[in-house]
Amino acid sequence: MKLNSLKYGLMGAVACGAMSVSPTLADNVSACLITKTDTNPFFVKMKEGALSGAEKNGIDLQTFAGKIDGDVETQVAAIETCIASGAKGILITPSDSVALAPAVKQARDNGLLVIALDTPFEPADTADATFATDNFKAGVLIGEWAKAKMGSDAANAKIALLDLNVSEVSVDYLRDQGFLTGFGVDVKDPKDIGDEDDPRIVGNDITQGNEEGGRKAMENLLQKDPEINLVYTINEPSAAGAYEALKAVGREKDVLIVSVDGGCPGVQNVKEGVIGATSMQFPLLMASKGVEAIKAWADTGKKPENTPGLDFYDTGVQLITDEPVKGVESIDSKAGLGKCWG
Amino acid sequence: MTETMKPVLSAKGLVKRYGRVTALDHADFDLYPGEILAVIGDNGAGKSSLIKAMSGAVQLDEGQIDLDGEPVRFPSPMAARDAGIETVYQNLALSPALSIADNLFLGRELRQKGVMGSLFRKLDRREMNRIAREKLSELGLMTIQDISQAVETLSGGQRQGIAVARAAAFGSKVIIMDEPTAALGVKESRRVLELIKDVKSRGIPIVLISHNMPHVFEIADRIHIHRLGRRLCVINPKEYTMSDAVAFMTGAKEPPKELVA
Amino acid sequence: MALLIIHDSNAFMTKNYEHALPDNKDGPASFEEHDRSFINHIQHFFHRNPTMVPVIVLAMSIVVFGLVAGTKFFHPFNLSLIMQQVSIIGILAAGQSLIILTAGIDLSVAAIMVLTSVVMGRFAVVYGIPIYLAIPLGFAVGTFCGYLNGKLITLLKLPPFIVTLGTWNIFYALNLWYSGAQSIRGQDIDSTAPLLKWFGERIVFFGAQLTYGTILMMVVFCVLWYCLNRTAWGRHVYAVGDDKEAAELAGIRTDRTLVSVYMVAGLICAVGAWASIGRVGSVSPQSFFEGNLQSITAVVIGGVSLFGGRGSIMGPLIGALIVGVFQSGLRLSGVDVLWQVFAIGWLIIIAVAIDQWIRKLSS
Repeated sequence: MKLNSLKYGLMGAVACGAMSVSPTLADNVSACLITKTDTNPFFVKMKEGALSGAEKNGIDLQTFAGKIDGDVETQVAAIETCIASGAKGILITPSDSVALAPAVKQARDNGLLVIALDTPFEPADTADATFATDNFKAGVLIGEWAKAKMGSDAANAKIALLDLNVSEVSVDYLRDQGFLTGFGVDVKDPKDIGDEDDPRIVGNDITQGNEEGGRKAMENLLQKDPEINLVYTINEPSAAGAYEALKAVGREKDVLIVSVDGGCPGVQNVKEGVIGATSMQFPLLMASKGVEAIKAWADTGKKPENTPGLDFYDTGVQLITDEPVKGVESIDSKAGLGKCWG
Repeated sequence: MTETMKPVLSAKGLVKRYGRVTALDHADFDLYPGEILAVIGDNGAGKSSLIKAMSGAVQLDEGQIDLDGEPVRFPSPMAARDAGIETVYQNLALSPALSIADNLFLGRELRQKGVMGSLFRKLDRREMNRIAREKLSELGLMTIQDISQAVETLSGGQRQGIAVARAAAFGSKVIIMDEPTAALGVKESRRVLELIKDVKSRGIPIVLISHNMPHVFEIADRIHIHRLGRRLCVINPKEYTMSDAVAFMTGAKEPPKELVA
Repeated sequence: MALLIIHDSNAFMTKNYEHALPDNKDGPASFEEHDRSFINHIQHFFHRNPTMVPVIVLAMSIVVFGLVAGTKFFHPFNLSLIMQQVSIIGILAAGQSLIILTAGIDLSVAAIMVLTSVVMGRFAVVYGIPIYLAIPLGFAVGTFCGYLNGKLITLLKLPPFIVTLGTWNIFYALNLWYSGAQSIRGQDIDSTAPLLKWFGERIVFFGAQLTYGTILMMVVFCVLWYCLNRTAWGRHVYAVGDDKEAAELAGIRTDRTLVSVYMVAGLICAVGAWASIGRVGSVSPQSFFEGNLQSITAVVIGGVSLFGGRGSIMGPLIGALIVGVFQSGLRLSGVDVLWQVFAIGWLIIIAVAIDQWIRKLSS
C-alpha cells in the first residue's frame, strides 16, 4: 500500500509504466482510478476501496493521482493513458469540474465508461455517472446542527467560513453554501462563495484544506473580528488548524467548529470536543460502487442510475456529534470511529 | 645571470597532452633568484600550459619540476601555493563583492586567539586589516583609502594591484604573473609595471607572461621564447630588438645557435 | 604532433603595440573619479548597503498600510501575528539565502522541512522514542537531505536547479510514503511528546504574542549573520557565489564549501521543521507545499541576488516580513486573496529589477 503510493506519486514513471503494461489476461476487464492527489487520506482510502473492489470483481485497476489539488494536466495525461491502455472505464475525482470535460468526452467517445467519484462534473452529465457525497446536504446537516446548538444565539452568531482555495471548486461551494443554507443564511448565488451580505458572516478565507492553512485563515479572520463564535471548515485538517489558532488566543472553549469529512482523526477530534460536529462521507463506498458499475458495464452494457431526484448517485452522509440536537439525525463519535476512514 | 647561480625554479622535459594535441613537448624552464623572467610565445605555443604546470593548475604527463633544487609535485594550485609559488591569474582570482582585506586573506584567514577563535571560529578582523594595510603601503598602493571597500568598486589597475599585493604578501619564493597589463589602459599599465619592479626589488623572482612587447622589454631581465610547445631560446632584452623577438617566436627567423636551449 | 598555432603576426603586433601609444586616451579604466549624478549616488548607496532597499520598502509599506487599514494594523497583536505567520517561511528563507548566496537555488527546502517534521513526529509520537533523541534524529535527516543535494551538485556537476527539482519530488514522495499521508493530531502530540510543540509557546506583553518560533527565526538569522560575516567559512560562501573559479584559484575548496552550505541549509530546514510543529499545532504532511517558492520570494525581495555572492543575510528576514505586512495589510483593508497574490507577484519583479540595476555598477 505504502509502496504503491510512493510509486504512484511519481507520475511520469507510472505513465510510462502503464503504456508498457499490457493486460495479462485477455478477458480481464481493466479500469483506471484517477484521484485528485495522493496526499489526502480521503483519496488514499478511496484507492484502498477501489483496489479491493477490483480484486473481488477480477478487474485490473491502474491508479493515478495529481500532484496537488487542481493539478489538471496530470489528470488529463492520466485519462489519455487510460484510453491508450484499452481500459473499459475510468473512475475519477476531477481536480477541475469544467476543465477536464474535453478529456472525459474523448474517453467516452472511445467507448469508456467514465464515473465521477466524490466531485461531480459541471454539468454532471459530462460523466456517465457520479458517485458522490451530497456535499450540499453535508453542509446543510452541520448548518442545521449549529443553528439548533446555538439556539437563540444563532441570530447574533459571528461566523467564520474557512474554504478550500481560490478556484471555488464544486465541493468547496456546495459545502459552504449548504452550511449557510442549513444555518438559515440567504446564500444569493448558490454557486458563489462570499457573495452573501448577512451581517453575521465575518468573512471567508482559504485553507488549502490543511492544518497550516486552517490556522492562518482562522488567525486572519480573528483579526477582522475577534468575537467569532462559529467556524465552518471545509475539512477536518483545516478544522484542527483553526482550533490551534483559537487556542492561541484562549478562545477554543467558546467557539463552535463544524466540518465535513469523517476521517478518523476528525472523528477523534469530535470525541475530544475540538470539532462540534462533522458530516461523514464514505469514500470506500464510492470506490467500490464505482468498480462494480464498471464491471456491470463491461458485462452487460448497463450504465448506473442516479439517486431519484438528484443528478448523481448519493453514497450517503452521516452527521457525527456527541451533542445531538433535536431534528437533526446523528450518531455519536464512538459509533463514528467504527465507520471512519483514513 | 651567471651560470654558477642555481635556479630557484626549474623544469625539465615537461610534456602535457590534451587528447591528440600536445601543448607541452619536452619543455624546459629556468628561473634564477631575483630576476624577472618574461615568457613570450605565439598563441597556442603552450606558454599558458607551462605556467599552469608550475602553479599546480595543470597535471603533467611527463617531466620534472625542481624548486630550490628539490623535485616537487603540485597536484593542486594550493599545493603550489603552500610551496611558496604564488600566481596572479589573468582573471585575478578576486571575489569582487568581498573587501580588499577579505580578498588578500581569502583561503588563509586569520582567526582570533582563545575561545572566540577556536570555538566560535571568529575572524581576527583587526589583525587582517592591519596586515593588509601594511602590505598595500609597502607596495605604494595606499591611495586606496578604505581597506574594507569591495574590490568591485576599484579600477582595473587597482584590482591588479590587489592581486599582486596578495601574491607578494604570501609568495615566499616565486611569483607568477599572467598578462598583468592586458586589460589595462596606459596609465594603469604603468603603475602595475612599477609595482612589479617594487616586488622584484624585494628580492622575489617573478615569471611574467605577456603579449605586450614594450612592457616585456622594459622590465624583463631575460626573455624565455616559447615555440611549438618547447623553449626555443632565452634572450637578453638588451641584446635583441622587439622585432627579433617576434621573428623568433613566430618562426620567421632562426635564433643564433648558442642561444638555443 | 598537432600544435595549435595561429600565424597572424601582423595582427598580433598592431594589437599590442597600440597599448604603448602615449596618446591613447580610451583606456578601459582610470583612477579618476567621474562626476556622479544624484541617481548615481543612490545607486552607489544601495550597492554598499544592499539591505537598505528592503528596509525602506518595509518601512514604507508599514506606513501605507497603517494609514489604509487603520489602527487594527498597528495593534501589537497584529504586528506580532505577522511575525508569527512568517516565522516558518522566514526560517526556510534563511537556509535558502545561504544557497542563493552561492549562486545556487534550493527547490527542496520545504520538502526537507516537512519530511523532517514527519520523521520527528512519528519517532516521538508513534514509536514513542524519547524527544531528546527524536529531535536530533530529525536534525540528522534534514542535514543528510542537504548533504545529498550538495553531493549531487558537486559530484555530478549538475545545476542546483535540476538537482533540487529532483530531490523536491523525492523528498515529497518519501514524506507521503512515510507519513501514509496522515497528519499526527495536536492532541496526540500533547499527550506523548509536548516538547515537539515547544516553539508554539508564547511570551505575551502589551497585547503582543511573541512565540518561541518567532524568536527562533530571529536567532537563526543572527547566527547566520555571524557565520557569514565573522568567520572564514562565511567569506568563502560569498567568494564561491561571487566567482567560483576565482575562489578555487584563490585556494578555497569550493566543492567542500558548497556541500557544507547545502548541509547547513538542510539543518536549518530541520530546525524549521521543529518550529513548524509548534506553529501548525500538528504534524501535517500536506502543509507548506509552496514553502520553497515562498522562501525564494522572501530571499529575492530581501535583495539577495539570484546570481550569487551579493546581499546581506538580514535581507531575507526583512523580505519575509514585507510579504507578511503586505498580506496582513491588504487583508485588513478588505482586499481579496487573489489581489494579495497579485501584489506579491509585482513585489518579486520589482525587487529583481532593482537588484539588476544595482548590479550594473559592478560589471
